Amino acid sequence: MQHEQPTGPLSTTLDLRRLIMRLVAVVVAMFFFGFALVPLYDLFCDVTGLNGKTNSTAFIPATELVDTSRNVTVQFVATNNEGMPWEFRPEIFKLSVHPGEEIETTFFARNPQRMTMVAQAIPSVSPGRAAAYFHKTECFCFNQQVLEAGGTVDMPLRFIVDRDLPASVNTITLSYTLFDVTADQSEQVLSAASVSMASSVNTATL
Amino acid sequence: MRLITTQLARKGLLVLSRAAAFPALLATSAATWAAPGDAVVDEAKRWVVNMTEGVTAVSREIFDLHMLIFWICVAIAVVVFGVMFWSMLMHRKSVGAKAASFHESTMVEIAWTVLPFVILVLMAIPATSSLIKIYDTSEADIDIKIVGYQWKWQYEYLGEDVSFFSNLTTSQDEIYGRAPRGEHYLLEVDEPLVIPINKKVRFLITANDVLHAWWVPALAVKRDAIPGYINDAWTIVEEPGIYRGQCAELCGKAHGFMPIVVHAMEEQDYNDWLVEKKKEAVEIAKMNELILPLDEMYARGEEVYLQSCAACHGVDGKGGVGPSMVGTAITTGPMQGHVDVLVNGVQGSAMQAFGNQLSELDLAAVVTYERNAWGNNMGDMVQAVDVLNYKKNQ
Amino acid sequence: MGDHGPAKGFGRWLYTTNHKDIGTMYLWFSFAMFLMGGVFALVIRAELFQPGLQLVEPEFFNQMTTMHGLVMVFGAVMPAFVGLANWLIPMMIGAPDMALPRMNNWSFWILPFAFAMLTSTLFMEGGGPNFGWTFYAPLSTTYAPPSVTYFIFAVHIMGASSIMGSINIIATILNMRAPGMTLMKMPLFVWTWLITAYLLIAVMPVLAGCVTMMLMDIHFGTSFFSAAGGGDPILFQHVFWFFGHPEVYIMILPAFGIVSAIIPTFARKPLFGYASMVYATASIAFLSFIVWAHHMFTVGMPIAGELFFMYATMLIAVPTGVKVFNWVTTMFRGSMTFETPMLFAIAFVILFSIGGFSGLMLAIAPADFQYHDTYFVVAHFHYVLVPGAIFSIMAAVYYWLPKWCGNMYDERLGKAHFWLSFIGLNVTFFPMHFVGLAGMPRRIPDYALQFADFNQIASMGAFLFGFSQVFFLFIVIKTIRGGAQATDEVWDNPEGLEWTIASPAPYHTFTTPPAIK
Repeated sequence: MQHEQPTGPLSTTLDLRRLIMRLVAVVVAMFFFGFALVPLYDLFCDVTGLNGKTNSTAFIPATELVDTSRNVTVQFVATNNEGMPWEFRPEIFKLSVHPGEEIETTFFARNPQRMTMVAQAIPSVSPGRAAAYFHKTECFCFNQQVLEAGGTVDMPLRFIVDRDLPASVNTITLSYTLFDVTADQSEQVLSAASVSMASSVNTATL
Repeated sequence: MRLITTQLARKGLLVLSRAAAFPALLATSAATWAAPGDAVVDEAKRWVVNMTEGVTAVSREIFDLHMLIFWICVAIAVVVFGVMFWSMLMHRKSVGAKAASFHESTMVEIAWTVLPFVILVLMAIPATSSLIKIYDTSEADIDIKIVGYQWKWQYEYLGEDVSFFSNLTTSQDEIYGRAPRGEHYLLEVDEPLVIPINKKVRFLITANDVLHAWWVPALAVKRDAIPGYINDAWTIVEEPGIYRGQCAELCGKAHGFMPIVVHAMEEQDYNDWLVEKKKEAVEIAKMNELILPLDEMYARGEEVYLQSCAACHGVDGKGGVGPSMVGTAITTGPMQGHVDVLVNGVQGSAMQAFGNQLSELDLAAVVTYERNAWGNNMGDMVQAVDVLNYKKNQ
Repeated sequence: MGDHGPAKGFGRWLYTTNHKDIGTMYLWFSFAMFLMGGVFALVIRAELFQPGLQLVEPEFFNQMTTMHGLVMVFGAVMPAFVGLANWLIPMMIGAPDMALPRMNNWSFWILPFAFAMLTSTLFMEGGGPNFGWTFYAPLSTTYAPPSVTYFIFAVHIMGASSIMGSINIIATILNMRAPGMTLMKMPLFVWTWLITAYLLIAVMPVLAGCVTMMLMDIHFGTSFFSAAGGGDPILFQHVFWFFGHPEVYIMILPAFGIVSAIIPTFARKPLFGYASMVYATASIAFLSFIVWAHHMFTVGMPIAGELFFMYATMLIAVPTGVKVFNWVTTMFRGSMTFETPMLFAIAFVILFSIGGFSGLMLAIAPADFQYHDTYFVVAHFHYVLVPGAIFSIMAAVYYWLPKWCGNMYDERLGKAHFWLSFIGLNVTFFPMHFVGLAGMPRRIPDYALQFADFNQIASMGAFLFGFSQVFFLFIVIKTIRGGAQATDEVWDNPEGLEWTIASPAPYHTFTTPPAIK
């Protein structure tokens, strides 16, 4: 069969080369777009206000005005995830607070194991729509918590319930799930913690 | 060819006639699937074709919504299939029907776009109203945290210091057909969730490991249990009774074996139960101080083993999904190692940490049993206080 | 160019760039996968025949349910539709072949490799995938068997096959129609495949992203789906269902095209509302992107989201209803005969609609709290997939096989296959509505005693349906080996360019474009 002279948009080798270059450029751009998505996603959430979660970095209050005419019950719940052996409980189950008031409470934790461990507490607020109105100014969930063997700690939590909390919400439940993230740590974190502790490791009597 | 098809037709008729007789066969009270000794299921329950109305205002509202949508669908089906069947009968070539040639009509297309849209809007209104009610978890009287584990539920009455696990009590023997099946086969637990009627109970649902879902049809409550997150749901039960449900999210091998039993009772009875439960916690603590002889520990340990361990390690200790315990390094090795496996589990395996799930007495008993059963004959034992000390001094 | 016909031997099939050969390979591959997926289903139904565990352990049962889903979705339904696309689209638009014939070959041949690897996971240490065909995290990440990595690899390969196939289909349809065949003159099967191909290109990469995030979580220490590291198991569900919902429309739109070709032929009347059918298909495709979270009504979504997804899902009933009404109106005042393809097509309209009704019930979010993860859902999707997608494929095979191989199938055997399948599937899946409403959850190997009777009936139906498909295999082979000679037109004045060429269709057709009226 006779091959005719090609016509159309890709009729020369140069045209073909240009097309391929453009397509490769698109692929490379998409690859970097993947990285750009991280700040873009945060920007999107900021602009739209979409984010069903409570804050994971400290909240800085703009005003100290307290709404004394209203009481909101805040409940505190603690749960261990699988394989997390620490004792972990709230100092108090519930508090009655005023919106706008900065409240402090603590969570108790104890590491019963024979080695230093690192935990990450993940907060979850119920009802979901209250999450945007629950501001933590200081929380042990902002950082990973290191506890030496047998160590105990009272971890502080400071929060403010926003004055704009919808009138239909009168009870907020703040629940923490404690995860064992020891395995994900670098050597430095664990050895630094070991140096600071005393050698009061109790041995089992069995 | 004709012979083959005649034979086929005869075979087809035979199959169809057997099929026709089958319903009669099934309707007999001796169910064809029941093994000798199996509980006889109430005829009414065997052939249930519809959702339960349930025992709450929400469950009844959901049932009514379900029936409304169902009947609308039936009505539409009758019309549409009616036209089809009429057509198949009357517009056949074999009765001489001649094909028309019409093939479009904008007016008709608009009509049968708009009319269904209107019907949908009418359906959406009651659905929206019900959903808003379902989402309103405010002003609850009682808060209960529910945690889904592989493969059991844990219930914690928040602010009351009452917390316990709820395990399936149907035995492996029943499941594998070695023992007759009881009436509540696969829907029975050792510790039901107890709640008062006519009080708003709020459930805070999460999970320990993988996704689970807590579902009780009679309450019309189903919520996914997500590790690291809390979901909420609520109910107000109007009738005292026992209501059974199952896990509704695939969670591994025993997904079908972690049921839910809710016991709803009069408020006074609930309060009495709560007091008993708190006393129980004190008694368990007291029992943990007991020093028991080997044979009592062994007997108790055997019960605990069958309840909590046999599903993976076999009724005979020879293993199954989990490893054998007969003459192994753990069960015939150092006591401390054996206790450690039970209290802390084995990282990276399916062996969970039972330290927080069983009492110290039960832990000590099952270790004692494992070390002395199936020919292991170690002759040693451990007491509850030893386990308690081990946990404290780790 | 001289007509040299196809090559000889296995090399013909390995190196072919001919759309008819590739279509044939896709169809045989999908039939084999259908039978294998069917065997997995029969293991499930055999275990569920009675209460108690008699045949398999729960861990293996979970592998069977998972593999049944994966094989049927990715190995049976999708390749069958691609096979039909390959065979029919070039002939229907008057083109000599697909736009990218070598890529077409590659699209097919990676599939047997992917499925061999996926099936081999059943024999690996720890067993095959056991987390459902929807593979939610963390059951499919932290708690998965070691074979999960091969599962991910297989999914990537299947996805690549679909994406390449779709590119090919779009390029072919947009560039290679015979002069005079405008878009609005194309057969509806070509339209539905054009739209389906866009859906595939849009969502298969999302699935690829989903399984890659899984791979990262499993092997590279990321936390996309783990709360401990700031991630969320529900993210998995959103990403998966963003793929998953369009996927189920991908599995039904070509079926709509097939039925739209068959009913007019046997009613001897043109398809009613051609333009409407095109717009309705496009509407369904568009809407399919904004309904995904109706698979997630119980995860604890904010109420605004739950309501949105409920409304959008209900809305899909409108264009779908339009299509059903158009098919019925095509039949109305026609002059019908009921050969096997027509039987399958009519059963499609009725039973798919029943599946659609249960779908509408499921869309009602408050009621879904009682239906979700029960056998009611299983009944719904099996009604839209079995007498839906599968019946349309069988209808297509009976309708076009005489064109492909030049021989008529035996009409009485075809009808017998139809009735056995029809009875079998209804006996299997209708009772599932009942046990689902009565409270039986999905994906369980054993059940409470009150569910036993309907389960026993369903299991018997399943075996009847399963063996009827072996009968189908026999019919197909018998036809290919030698049935009555088929004419070019095969049927009574059917519409479409494929009926203007010889039966069997020559190896190369429309090497010069035909004239379009």
